[in-house]
Amino acid sequence: MTLPAEPGAAGPDSPGSLLRRLLTPRFRRVDLAVAALLAVLGFAAVIQVRSTQAEGPLAAARQGDLVQILDELTNRNDRLREEISALEQARREITTGTDRSEAALAEARRRAQLLGVLAGTVPAAGPGLRLTISDPRGQIGPEVLLNALEELRAAGAEALQLEGATAGGTPAPPAVRVVASTSFLEGEDGGVLVDGTLLQPPYRFVVVGDPATLATALSIPGGVEDDVVQRGGRALVERSEDVRVTAVRPLPEPRYARPAA
Amino acid sequence: MIPALALVLGVTLGLVLEPTVPAALQPYLPIAVVAALDAVFGAVRAQLEGIFDDRVFVVSFVSNVLVAGLVVFLGDQLGVGGQLSTGVVVVLGIRIFSNAAAIRRRVFHA
Repeated sequence: MTLPAEPGAAGPDSPGSLLRRLLTPRFRRVDLAVAALLAVLGFAAVIQVRSTQAEGPLAAARQGDLVQILDELTNRNDRLREEISALEQARREITTGTDRSEAALAEARRRAQLLGVLAGTVPAAGPGLRLTISDPRGQIGPEVLLNALEELRAAGAEALQLEGATAGGTPAPPAVRVVASTSFLEGEDGGVLVDGTLLQPPYRFVVVGDPATLATALSIPGGVEDDVVQRGGRALVERSEDVRVTAVRPLPEPRYARPAA
Repeated sequence: MIPALALVLGVTLGLVLEPTVPAALQPYLPIAVVAALDAVFGAVRAQLEGIFDDRVFVVSFVSNVLVAGLVVFLGDQLGVGGQLSTGVVVVLGIRIFSNAAAIRRRVFHA
């Protein structure tokens, strides 16, 4: 048999007869085998090309290149990992910093509220009592109210306002928030000037504090109630679990005093 | 005629079915394809020279594929699979080139 790859010694056909022979279908068994082999070849070549394309560029790379690529990837991975941990650290710091400043802000707000109660800039509510002092004879002057105020303060009053009837009978009775700088002056024709607001009797203290202590302080012998009664008035104490001190005053900006650390 | 149609049919089947190569066959398939190509080029050349024999083609095709696969398998067992497949591809490539050159001379007389 002659191998197909060996150079042929036989003379070539004329092109026409070769073409004719090639185009004539033959169906011997060996022809079918040839056809089957060629079909298998085409099939195998196509799936090989496909799988090579599917594997991507790395499949064709040499071992050394692969090692280098792997190395680079590892280094980059390490760098990115370091970056991640640094960023996480920064995030933690920022978060705790935010928490701290939020806590400081909440604390400052709380203190501002407490100081506002003391300074009379915010309303206050809580248990306490109402002390109503009537003055039918016009004998109760600012000194009585001042005594009563000091008695109440000594008994632990935390927020106070003083209400009175108006001279002209305006709808809302005037109320003055009583703070450290509050002054009491005698009105021109009866009544009391409290921080520049004229109050007419009956006067009424609205006090937030321990009701029992406050009531006891007012009723001691020779105390506020006795004093009022001696001057021909009446002192009426109503305890309450929910007293509302609603009058507020603006916060004066100190002209001279500055906070000194 | 029939073989060319069969080749087209095989290519079409591969394109349509999109099979994946089994992992066990993966190292051998490219070598087998190159060996088969060598046989096909030899057959074309023999055809042009008028000495083509179906039987010879079938036997050379199958034996080419089997021997190439066997050589690569042996190389894998010996730990030189990569180099040996390169060698097989080089040898087959040289044969394909010389066959192609003979076909060219026969067809273009140049």
